[in-house]
Amino acid sequence: MTEAVISARDVSVSFEATPALRSFDLDVPVGKLVALLGPSGCGKTTALRAIAGFQGIDAGTIRIRDRVVTDGSTFVPPEQRRVGMVFQEFALFPHITVAENVGYGVRGADRVQRVGGVLRLVGLEGYGDRFPHELSGGEQQRVALARALAPEPDVVLLDEPFSNLDAPKREQMRRELRRIIHGAGVSAVFVTHDQAEALAIADVVAVMRDGAVVQMGTPDEVYREPVSPWVGRFLGDALLLDGVVEDGAIRTAIGSVHAPLADGTAAQVMVRPEWVLPTRTDDGPGRVTDREFYGHDQRVEIRMRSGTTIEALVPGRVRIQIGDRVAVEITDAIVFTGVTSAA
Amino acid sequence: MSDAGPIRGPVIEVEIPGTPAVAPQPISGRTRPRQAPWWLWAAALVILAPVTVAIGALLLRAAGASDSAWETLASFRTLRLLVRTLTFTGLVTASASIVGVTGAWIVTRTDVRFRRVWGVAFAMPLVIPSYVIAMALISATGPRGLVADLTGVGLPHLVGFPGAWLALTISTYPYVYLITASALAKADPALEEAARGLGAPPRRVFHTVVLPQLRPAIGAGALLSALYTLSDFGAVSLMRFDAFTRVIYAQYSGRLDRTPAIVLSIVLILSAIIIIVFEQRTRGRGAYFTGKPSRPPTTYRLRGRRRFAATAFLAVVVAIGVVVPVGVLIGWLVRGLATGATVSVPLTAIVGSLTGATLAAILAVIAAIPIVVLAVRHQSRATTWLERVVYVLFSLPHITVAIAVVAFTVRYARPVYQSLLVLVVVYASMFLAQATGPAKAALLQVDPRLDEASRSLGAGQASTLLRIGIPLMSRGLLAGALLVFVTTLKELPATLLLRPSGFTTLAVRIWSASGELLYTQAAASALLLIAVSVIPVYYLSIKPKDVLEP
Repeated sequence: MTEAVISARDVSVSFEATPALRSFDLDVPVGKLVALLGPSGCGKTTALRAIAGFQGIDAGTIRIRDRVVTDGSTFVPPEQRRVGMVFQEFALFPHITVAENVGYGVRGADRVQRVGGVLRLVGLEGYGDRFPHELSGGEQQRVALARALAPEPDVVLLDEPFSNLDAPKREQMRRELRRIIHGAGVSAVFVTHDQAEALAIADVVAVMRDGAVVQMGTPDEVYREPVSPWVGRFLGDALLLDGVVEDGAIRTAIGSVHAPLADGTAAQVMVRPEWVLPTRTDDGPGRVTDREFYGHDQRVEIRMRSGTTIEALVPGRVRIQIGDRVAVEITDAIVFTGVTSAA
Repeated sequence: MSDAGPIRGPVIEVEIPGTPAVAPQPISGRTRPRQAPWWLWAAALVILAPVTVAIGALLLRAAGASDSAWETLASFRTLRLLVRTLTFTGLVTASASIVGVTGAWIVTRTDVRFRRVWGVAFAMPLVIPSYVIAMALISATGPRGLVADLTGVGLPHLVGFPGAWLALTISTYPYVYLITASALAKADPALEEAARGLGAPPRRVFHTVVLPQLRPAIGAGALLSALYTLSDFGAVSLMRFDAFTRVIYAQYSGRLDRTPAIVLSIVLILSAIIIIVFEQRTRGRGAYFTGKPSRPPTTYRLRGRRRFAATAFLAVVVAIGVVVPVGVLIGWLVRGLATGATVSVPLTAIVGSLTGATLAAILAVIAAIPIVVLAVRHQSRATTWLERVVYVLFSLPHITVAIAVVAFTVRYARPVYQSLLVLVVVYASMFLAQATGPAKAALLQVDPRLDEASRSLGAGQASTLLRIGIPLMSRGLLAGALLVFVTTLKELPATLLLRPSGFTTLAVRIWSASGELLYTQAAASALLLIAVSVIPVYYLSIKPKDVLEP
């Protein structure tokens, strides 16, 4: 792996008796946009605040650019960490202008130029004299980002950056964020509970559960090769089927999946809806019981003769109706062994 | 079936134990980012500490006082004095609460005409010092009083107990009124509507729903009313009613041995603390205001006799509390000038009042900032005590504080004895609670994320406070400064005991002039004092939220 700008090792944090982080490990590669993805309450915001210096830790070490910023004996205050922070509610200073907000952390003679440059980068040229309350949500978000970038920090941390924007703005800002972060050449970590958001814009996704990172990889890796059924289901819709290996294949309720495992091994097969390919056949083993048509694609619910119900996501051009008999082909699957379905 | 998915080896998920092996750590972890910097504590204590230490020293000195002093304390006369003062305080608090709550309810919940005008007028006695109200009542009543002059009907002379009672009820009901009106305006009407919907008539709704809901507000107002009454010196002196403060002052100024005055002061301090504890104990444990009300509160329609009664109530109170005092003052001034009395413009007193009040307001705000930042952003057991000290100082009788400070400076700080510095530090300490209240309300509304944003942008704690915290608290700080300013203008006992030679204020002039029956001069000074208070009070009355939002 390339050089890490942030490196957290074995970090633990508790609130009263409730642990928020347990043996939390994270490496943020230089120049990458990393998503810290997890369900609410998994400790992802605590992790971000510990890195920024707003939260103390009980154990472990946090390094930023090879400098220890928090461990048992050290605590570098937030203002000396060179970390840019973008808050969920943006936290713009309401009593000063946009330009003064952006220039707040910048010192030196080229302050005005730097502010102008960053405002141009976020697409807010000419907004410098306005006050935060005169801006829309999306514009406030850009100012918050510009303010964090202006002092040229080693890394930018974003806490649920899109949660305060309405849906259409959110998609647009996602793309913008990626462009701006990469344009500035800075490393960044953003916290989110929205897997679609993480998969869409991150270079690296770190999946968190119960205070620890359980898997880290590219969006493709974590989506296609989850380390556990929990990660698999958290990253997208999936059907989990129990089966037993027989003649190098796992027999499940909807068909067999090839697996080079010893006969008699208990295994689980995880199938995503887009990996299920239904074809209309008069004597097929399944029947279409429900269908949602989105135009570009459609979600089809199929009830198998065995009683199992599966979902398939197929292109919109495929002609299929409720009541149709279908044969089902599984084009891709993930096999887990040694886990119970509760995991 | 086609290609299988990626095969993974046996995945063993490690069960995470439910209880951590190590004992849980305190909130912010082993390394704490939220420690309060030492300079905040230093700034918080620099103004507060001297007066607190002086009072502590007074208590210690009393403990070692001579036997004769303790005999004073244990005497039947002292006991009688204590019972009389506490009874008096209880009666004033009760009547002030009734007047204040009734006025607040009429002004906020009924459709009485000219509600807004009444709303401001009803609060106005707050501006008028209690001794001015007392003077006015004395002058207006009696066979040759102003009322008799104007109407021919002579009222009985109002002095002693009934006079002091009326004067202090008028002086202190605005505390109950303002706080209760603010609470009534914020109460959720849904509760009242629910009670109405369950078939309760309006009277029962008021007793079972409205009144219990107002309990904390009435309690807070009644507490201020009681403490004010206990510590009042001017009104009881003018009414020649022997309350504690009047006796202490007589003991203090008339004798060489000041120990009896000190011992009596301690009784007064203990009475104040007992009242504070009593209020806290009876506050109850119910939860009261739950979030923002959905709609403005219900208005009751008044008809016929009720409308007349409500209007008459407001009119009588405003007449006694505002019209009579101001009218009497103007009357004196006119009559005095007509009979050839000369009124000099009390320039020294104006300068003295403005200097003292301005410096006190500035000092109080400077002290309030670190105290409020500690209490809101670095809350701990120590900051809770810090806030309690501020509150106790506010509740102490001014005369006691003044005696403590005189005793302390004479012994340990002779160079600053009777200096303006000591006087304004005493003002600021006694009235600090009025500055920390609005400042705290303002800081509670500042998102702590703004501080964090500033820190992450490279600004340290001090720089963050200067660039973010103070500018965003500025309205609350201004409201607090104005409250301290207005209160300092009215202050009398501490000024009398602590003022440097040659220093005088409008309050001192009113008091001494009335003592010497120079009513024309007293009236001029009192009218000037009210005039000086008008602008700050006008600002506060149009920005009630800056002051009262808890």
